[in-house]
Amino acid sequence: MTMDTFVPKPSRKPPMSTVGPLAWVRANLFNSTTSALTTLLFFYLLWLYIPPFIDWAFLSANWTGTDRSVCEANPAGACWTFINVRLEQILFGLYFGANPDEVWRPIVGFLLFFSLLIPLLIEGMPHKKWIALAMLTVFPVVFYALIHGEWIGQPIANTSQWGGFLLTFVLAFVGILLALPLGILLALGRRSEMPVIRTMCVLYIEFWRGTPLITILFMASVMLPLFFPAGMEFDKVVRAMIGITMFQSAYTAEAIRGGLSAIPKGQYEAAAALGLGYWRRTVFIILPQALKISIPGIVNTFIALFKDTSLVSIIGLLDLLNMAQSAARSIEWKGYDIEGYLFTGLIFWMFCYGMSRYSQVIERKLDTNRRDN
Amino acid sequence: MSSSPSESKIQAGEPIIRIQGLNKWYGQFHVLKEIDLEVAKGERIVICGPSGSGKSTLIRCINRLESHQEGSIVVDGIELTEDTKHINDVRREVGMVFQHFNLFPHLTVLENCTLAPIWVRKTAKREAEEVAMRFLERVKIPEQANKYPGQLSGGQQQRVAIARSLCMNPRVMLFDEPTSALDPEMIAEVLDVMVGLADEGMTMLCVTHEMGFARKVADRVIFMDGGEIIEQNAPEEFFNQPKNERTKLFLSQILQH
Ligand SMILES: Nc1ncnc2c1ncn2[C@@H]1O[C@H](COP(=O)(O)OP(=O)(O)O)[C@@H](O)[C@H]1O
Ligand SMILES: [Mg+2]
Repeated sequence: MTMDTFVPKPSRKPPMSTVGPLAWVRANLFNSTTSALTTLLFFYLLWLYIPPFIDWAFLSANWTGTDRSVCEANPAGACWTFINVRLEQILFGLYFGANPDEVWRPIVGFLLFFSLLIPLLIEGMPHKKWIALAMLTVFPVVFYALIHGEWIGQPIANTSQWGGFLLTFVLAFVGILLALPLGILLALGRRSEMPVIRTMCVLYIEFWRGTPLITILFMASVMLPLFFPAGMEFDKVVRAMIGITMFQSAYTAEAIRGGLSAIPKGQYEAAAALGLGYWRRTVFIILPQALKISIPGIVNTFIALFKDTSLVSIIGLLDLLNMAQSAARSIEWKGYDIEGYLFTGLIFWMFCYGMSRYSQVIERKLDTNRRDN
Repeated sequence: MSSSPSESKIQAGEPIIRIQGLNKWYGQFHVLKEIDLEVAKGERIVICGPSGSGKSTLIRCINRLESHQEGSIVVDGIELTEDTKHINDVRREVGMVFQHFNLFPHLTVLENCTLAPIWVRKTAKREAEEVAMRFLERVKIPEQANKYPGQLSGGQQQRVAIARSLCMNPRVMLFDEPTSALDPEMIAEVLDVMVGLADEGMTMLCVTHEMGFARKVADRVIFMDGGEIIEQNAPEEFFNQPKNERTKLFLSQILQH
């Protein structure tokens, strides 16, 4: 008796006409009349607007000088001289703008921040846990010491004089840092089996989510002092931080709740069946999985917060945007608002885009993990 | 075998599980009706019955993944009540294997096996890992110890799940249809492990429709329908001379093919 033997067919390459850049252009840009017209219109608009902008912003722009006379002599170009001269003020606020000798303090602070941040973003970096811990504990203290100055025996920069990007950063960082643990507890509480805890968390979350940040900031500045003894001076920046943290923790909680509800019931059951109690189940099994899933959502709330910090102008604080605006309204630089807005827009964009890219990378990583499963 | 940190609280000859007058409802739905069941130490019990008859609910009551409203369940001398301390005391003595494995996907196979011994039994990490490796060898996948569950086949995952339970050195093992989510070619490797476990004298309650397994290892087969225990007997009698009409019908349905 003879047996048939199975001979697998060899795998072939796909046909030539479907691969390569030319095929891509044909398939994606000119695959129909509508698509061809849209493509042409798009390139026409680019050609119409981009060259003049490049000319204004770069080729004809004014970069040097110390006052507006340079820019007035060449009105066809952007006046980056303004940004250049007022850079310290826009980035670090009025105090450091007026005391150039002290500018090293925020610079060292931010260098420290980025030297901790970059290793955290690199895949496969060893000791990530410790770096993250340093970022969350040591860094804020050192940063405060540097900026405020008193603890390191330097001239004092009161929080009321903090401004510009420095203030934006401080508000966002503190808001994110405090909102994360609060948000985790709120999200867990919202799924608690104990009705009192659950109701309290729901009320908290829905109250802060239903109130605009601008109202909260206003209340924090006007109403918070009413709860404390008369005469007790309450730092404006601290008030803003409290308001932002309350607000942000509600959004973080909702992002984490999404992650929690994505964890299959079997995970809770398997952990319970092994004899792990509530907190051990939560810490070792549920949260690591839920937080991973929630990262994109959490980062989205971070991005929103980062941009929303500009609302602190309502209580008289000058963040990056408001500082640039006020600099552009000074007598020396009146009329150069566009440059100020473009510059702040660029900084906001860089940070928000960075965060969004990071969350996309994480999302893709999660996706591939899931596909491996 | 690693030593058990606590000694059994029951006297010789006393059942390790005693269920009396158990009733359970889901809302208005009476899912378990007047269940009485005693399981002796070392006894191997197979539970079968049509889908929805309450088999899962019954064994999930034994480690209180489900709470009951009436009757008493005493496991290893501990009565199951609202008391979370008692519940966790019982759970550490009772291992459970689920239909869908329920391994922890973010932990390696080894970490899956050592987590509970380290945090519940307070075993030292080194020792917990040694014990885990021993059980992984027994379920024949020591080489997968550092992989993640997602990288294993269904049969391998279920064997890890069994090893994970065994690492807690339980007195009783509960199985809820451990092979029904597996591709046919993987069922045997899981059943082999379970037969080995039965041969070593582990007390087992196993919900399964693998009748070959039941014939081979069970001391007693229990048939459930509509939330009640309809019939129970030694496998020979159970399969050859079922007493109840419904048992007959059920057996004819599953043995037809
Ligand atoms: N959490 C629940 N809520 C309401 N009904 C449930 C729940 N779990 C199971 N049931 C019902 O209880 C009955 C018994 O379920 P189960 O014990 O899972 O049956 P089996 O394992 O024998 O297939 C089924 O009718 C099922 O629909
Ligand atoms: Mg079932």
